[in-house]
Amino acid sequence: MNTINIKINNKTVEANKGEMILDVLNRQGIKVPTLCHIKDVFPSGACRMCVVENVKTGKLITSCSYPVEDNMEILTHSQRVVDSRKTIVELLLSSHPDDCLYCVRNNHCELQDLSAELQVRERRISGKKNNYHIDRSSASIVRDPDKCILCGRCVRVCEEIMGVSAIDFINRGSKTIVGTTFNKGLNNSSCINCGQCIMVCPTGALTEKNHFAEIRDAIQNPKRTVVVQYAPAISVSLAEEFGMSPGEDVNGIMNAALRRVGFDMVFDTTFSADLTIMEESAELIHRIQNGGQLPMITSCCPGWIKYAEEFASDFIPNISSCKSPQQMMGAVIKSYWADKECMSPENIYSVAIMPCTAKKFEAQREEMTSKGITDVDAVLTTRELGAFLKMMGVNLHNIEPEMVDSPLGFRSTAGKLFANSGGVMEAALRTAYYKLTGKELVQFRIPAVRGLEGRKEAKIKIGEMEIGVAVVSGLVNAAKLLQEIREGRKDIHFIEVMACPGGCINGGGQHIGASEGALKARISTIYNIDDKEVVKVSHKNPEVKQLYDNFLGEPLSHISHELLHTHYQKRDVLK
Amino acid sequence: MAGASIHLPFLKTPRKTIIINTMENIQQILEKYPAQGRENLIPLLQEIQNFNGFLSQESIVEVGKYLNLPSSKIYGVATFYNQFRFQPQGKYHIQVCRGTACHVLGSATVLETLQKELKIKAGDTTADGLFSIEVVACIGACGLAPVIAVNGNFHAKVNSDSIKEIIQNYKNREI
Ligand code: SF4
Ligand code: FES
Repeated sequence: MNTINIKINNKTVEANKGEMILDVLNRQGIKVPTLCHIKDVFPSGACRMCVVENVKTGKLITSCSYPVEDNMEILTHSQRVVDSRKTIVELLLSSHPDDCLYCVRNNHCELQDLSAELQVRERRISGKKNNYHIDRSSASIVRDPDKCILCGRCVRVCEEIMGVSAIDFINRGSKTIVGTTFNKGLNNSSCINCGQCIMVCPTGALTEKNHFAEIRDAIQNPKRTVVVQYAPAISVSLAEEFGMSPGEDVNGIMNAALRRVGFDMVFDTTFSADLTIMEESAELIHRIQNGGQLPMITSCCPGWIKYAEEFASDFIPNISSCKSPQQMMGAVIKSYWADKECMSPENIYSVAIMPCTAKKFEAQREEMTSKGITDVDAVLTTRELGAFLKMMGVNLHNIEPEMVDSPLGFRSTAGKLFANSGGVMEAALRTAYYKLTGKELVQFRIPAVRGLEGRKEAKIKIGEMEIGVAVVSGLVNAAKLLQEIREGRKDIHFIEVMACPGGCINGGGQHIGASEGALKARISTIYNIDDKEVVKVSHKNPEVKQLYDNFLGEPLSHISHELLHTHYQKRDVLK
Repeated sequence: MAGASIHLPFLKTPRKTIIINTMENIQQILEKYPAQGRENLIPLLQEIQNFNGFLSQESIVEVGKYLNLPSSKIYGVATFYNQFRFQPQGKYHIQVCRGTACHVLGSATVLETLQKELKIKAGDTTADGLFSIEVVACIGACGLAPVIAVNGNFHAKVNSDSIKEIIQNYKNREI
C-alpha cells in the first residue's frame, strides 16, 4: 500500500506516501501560493507563504516541505490561513521600495500578484526601507538587493542546479542580504551569467543588463547599418511575450517585426549554427583520427565556457575551439558580408537576440573581436525583444510574415535543433556521419539525446566506429560527468554541455514564469520543424556552402581559424 | 562631562596591529583540521582571526579551497556572527557596549554618534587605519553605563558630546 487517504477541505483524497502536501494540492487543482518553493529542488520552507492548517494539531504547517500523513486533515483556505499569508505579504511589503511603476518586473511580479490575490489594500505595517547599492558590475546581470525578499530561490538554483554558488545569504537578521563573497561586484565573482537566478526571482531584484538606448541610437544613426541575428530558440519562444500560445513558431512574423522597428538586415543565427556544425564536426573527426584530446566538449554555451574556465580548467583542452554561433555570425557579418556589400565593418552595428543572458557577457569578451572590432555589439534577450517591440508599437498579432535576409539567413533544421538540449549533438552527428561514411544517416532522429533529462548518453555507430556521446544540461550534471571522466571513464568521445536545464529553450533570457508544459511545447515545435522540412543537415545548407566556396575555403582553414575559432584560459575569480 | 578613563588591562582584547597574513601561516592553521565539510568551519575561522586579527578575503578563499566549499558560503557563515571582522582593527579599536544597562542609558545614540563621527559602520575600520568600531554585548561594567572601551581603556558614562571629545583626544595623539 503506497497510497494513503487524507482530507483536504473536508474532502477525502488519495495521496502517495512520502509526498509533500503541496504536490497533492496541485494535483487537486487547489492553488496555494508559494514563494521560496522551486519545483524539483529540495524544499527550504523559508517563506511560509504556502501554510495550510492541520486540523488535528491546530498548527499551521508549510505544505511545500511537510509530507502527507495518514488520515491527516488539511484546510487550505481557512480564515486563519489566509490571514497569515496576507500578513506575510504585508511584512514583505513593509520594507519594499514600492516603485513598481518603474520596475522591469512591473506586471510580471509574484509579489504584486500575491498582494493582489490576498487583497492587501492598505499599509498596516511600515518598516524601514532598505538602501543598498544596485550591483551593475556584471555584463549580464543586475542585482538590486532593495527589491529582494530573501526567498532564497536564486541562492539555491545557483548552488543546486548550476553548482556555482556565486551568491549566498550574507549577514544576519534584518541586515540579511543575498550577496557575493565580500560583497564584491558580481563581475568579480564566479557567476557564469546564466540568468537562471533571474528566472526564479519573484521580484525585480535580479534582472538583465539592458542595452535599449545604444540600440536605438544605432538605429537612429544614418551612418550605421544595423543588422540583427536571432538564435534558433527565439522563433519558438517570442510568442509567449505577446500572450500567444507557447511553442508557436513566429519566425516570419518576427522577421517583419524586426524590420519595422528599424533593423536594416535580418539574419538567422541558425545559419551560423550550421556553420558551427561544419567546423565542429571537422574538429571532432580531426581529433578522433589524429589522437587529439578526447572527449571533445561543445563550446556554444557561454555559461558553460565561463564555468569551465573557473571550475574545470583541466578540461579546457577538450573544449572545441569553435566560437559560438552568435560569435561566428558576428565575425562573418563584419568580414564576408561587409566585403560583399562594400561596407566598412566600423559602420555596422550588430545586434543578437538570444534566449540567454550569458551571451551579453560573451559578446564583450576580449577573444570575441577581430582586428579590434567587436564581432557583436549588443545582445537582447527574448524578454527584451518583446519589450522592445512593444515600446516601438509593434504587435505580433497583426503582421504579415516575411522572409529572412540572404545570404546569412538560410538554415537547415539541424541548426534549429541547437535550441534544445541534445540538439547540437544531433546536428553534429548527422554531419560527422556524412563526412566519415560519405552517406547520409537513414534515421535522422536520435531519440536518446532528446528530452529534458539532465544527462543523456548514447552509443552511435558510424561505419566501423562506435562513438560514445553524452549530453548534459544544468551544470551540476556537467560537473558530475567530468568527475567520472577524471576518475577514468573512457567510453565518452563527445559531450554537449548547456548550462540551462533543457538547453536554450529554457535559457535565462526567456519568458518569466513559463510552465514545464510551455518548455515542452517549445521543444516539440523545434522537432516538428525538423520532421517537416527537407534540409535536415548542416552540410546541405546552400548558403553555408557558398560561404565556404567564396570565402572560407574549407572547415578548419586558415581563415576559419582566424575568424571562427578561439581558445580559452583558466580564469581567476572569487570562488 | 568627559567620562573618567579607567584602565582595566585584564579586559584588554588581544590585538595585532601588524598583519602577518601570509598564506603559509594560514596553511599551517588549515592543516590542523580535516579537509572536508563544514563541521569545523567556525573554530577554523576563529583561529585564523585570532592569528591575523581579522578574516581577509584571501583567507576566506583559502578556507573555501581547503574545505571544498564556495567562498560565498563561508563569507555568509562568517558574517552571520558578530565575532568575525573582515578588516584589520584600527590603531584605536573602540568597543561599544550594547548590553542592557548601556542600552537603557542610551548606547544606541552613542554608537550612532561614533559611526557618524568616524564615518564608518560598526565592524569597519577608518581608511587611515586609526579607528575601528566593534559592537559588544555586556562587558560587565554596568555601573559605568553607557560605556565604551578604546584598546581596553574604559570611558564611563559617555554621551554624544564626550564621545567627540574622546575621539579628538586620540586624534591629537597622532599629530
Ligand atoms: S547568473 Fe547563474 S551563476 Fe550567476 S548568480 Fe545567477 S544563477 Fe548564479
Ligand atoms: S513555499 Fe513553502 S515555505 Fe516557502
